[in-house]
Amino acid sequence: MLVIEGLTKRYKTGDAALNGVSFRVDAGEIVGLIGPSGAGKSTLIRCVNRLVEPTSGKIELANTAIMALKTGELRRMRRRIGMIFQEFALIERLTVMENVLAGRLGYTGFWASWFRRFPPADVARAIGLLERVGLIDHIDKRADALSGGQRQRVGIARALAQEPELLLIDEPTASLDPKTSRSIMRLLTQLCRERNLAAIVNIHDVALAQMFLPRIIGLNAGRVVYDGPSSGLTPEVLTTIYGAEEWTARPGSDDDEDDDGGIATGARHTSLPLEVVAR
Amino acid sequence: MPSTPTRTWHPPRLIEPTWLRLFVAIAVLVYLALALSTIDVNWTRVSEGLVRAGRLFAGFLTPNFTARWSDIQQGMIESLTMTVTATVAGVILAVPFGLGAARNIAPLWLYAICRSVIAVARSLQDIIVAIFFVAMFGFGPFAGFLTLTVSTIGFLSKLLADDIEEIEPAQVEAIRATGAGFWQVIDFAVASQVVPRLVGLTAYKVDINFRESSVIGIVGAGGIGATLNTALDRYEFDNAAAILLIIIAIVMVCEYASGWIRKRFA
Repeated sequence: MLVIEGLTKRYKTGDAALNGVSFRVDAGEIVGLIGPSGAGKSTLIRCVNRLVEPTSGKIELANTAIMALKTGELRRMRRRIGMIFQEFALIERLTVMENVLAGRLGYTGFWASWFRRFPPADVARAIGLLERVGLIDHIDKRADALSGGQRQRVGIARALAQEPELLLIDEPTASLDPKTSRSIMRLLTQLCRERNLAAIVNIHDVALAQMFLPRIIGLNAGRVVYDGPSSGLTPEVLTTIYGAEEWTARPGSDDDEDDDGGIATGARHTSLPLEVVAR
Repeated sequence: MPSTPTRTWHPPRLIEPTWLRLFVAIAVLVYLALALSTIDVNWTRVSEGLVRAGRLFAGFLTPNFTARWSDIQQGMIESLTMTVTATVAGVILAVPFGLGAARNIAPLWLYAICRSVIAVARSLQDIIVAIFFVAMFGFGPFAGFLTLTVSTIGFLSKLLADDIEEIEPAQVEAIRATGAGFWQVIDFAVASQVVPRLVGLTAYKVDINFRESSVIGIVGAGGIGATLNTALDRYEFDNAAAILLIIIAIVMVCEYASGWIRKRFA
């Protein structure tokens, strides 16, 4: 359904964030995208809906070449691609309902959205989504009055309000505690299954990725270095993705007192081996 | 056993060499002494002035609201009209200039034009602008209205543009990602972040404009300032005192109201 071929993104500074990335995602398939900070994960998913302009390569969603789209066509394409963010990116001062309805902006005229007069079908859909993510009691609360987990649920409802075919999910749990992270990941995978949605999930936490995501793509320095089942993430594979580290060590079983101890779950640290050593 | 300290520490100094620091301090003092010695004080004028000041303050103790009440009333109505109309016109014009002067939403050419307009509107002091408009359109509140409008545009559009440049970009990204159009992004992602502050700044500008309206009256732009100027010219200090007390009262009311508005919209 989504086909990416030879995708390259070079920033003005000359740094190649992505270097010939190719893979495909089938309808209803959820893919985890892992890799060290700066590997190009965020750039990659932003190239798909062209929040970042790719330099070269090919991206096709349901046989439409995304890179050739003009402004108006691009807007219509973006309606079909939902996006979920690490820091939730909700409109803090607007209500939960307005945030969810914002997912319908691509289908709504300017004046209708200005006066918040969304079509009844959109309002009904938004209410249904808030019921599904368990926030129907908070419908008129301001988004900044919610907890982190609740905000991410609003973010999910906003993305689903678009009725997308593809979800781009950027670090959905990086701002959340471990328990909330799991419930958000569970909700996301359930929703994708219910609606036969394809999704690309950028994720830092390797253990969490293995728990919920059947297929993993590993990115290092803008290249795909692994593409396979999450059960195939052996220490050798993790080393090719992140660099050398003591991958099998568990907290408590660690002999080295100077070491961080949380390596096995904390993929975040592995992108900064020098810092760990310096301590 | 704690070891005995072997190092001393003092906070880093602005000018590190001691001799240079002393030299700068002495040079400043010498300049100050020389500068003060060149001020020519006419002590007879000062004593006359003190007598007049005494009469002014005596006038304050016996403010006369009744003698020129109709003049005061007319001046006050003019001033308030000027303030309100100029603030409204200023806000309406400041919003497009503010949007155009924010680098993160406007293209470079528009940004350059809007920033230049704002720079011009801000570079001239209100009194000088008022003198121009009085020369162009004659005495009266219309000149005052134009002056305050220009000053409101300069003030609000600059602060609005700076605010827009500092908004959270993630919210803009999120709304763009839904397929929203440009003006929908402005409405949902930009306006929702800057409107509370814009409301606060407008309320603040209302009370600045009222105070300004009493100053620019002195150069002929109408309003309570003109009435005050007449009273002072005629040495009617009791009337002047009444006018000043009314101005103080209105400024305090405006300030209280703007504080309340800012709290409501935060």
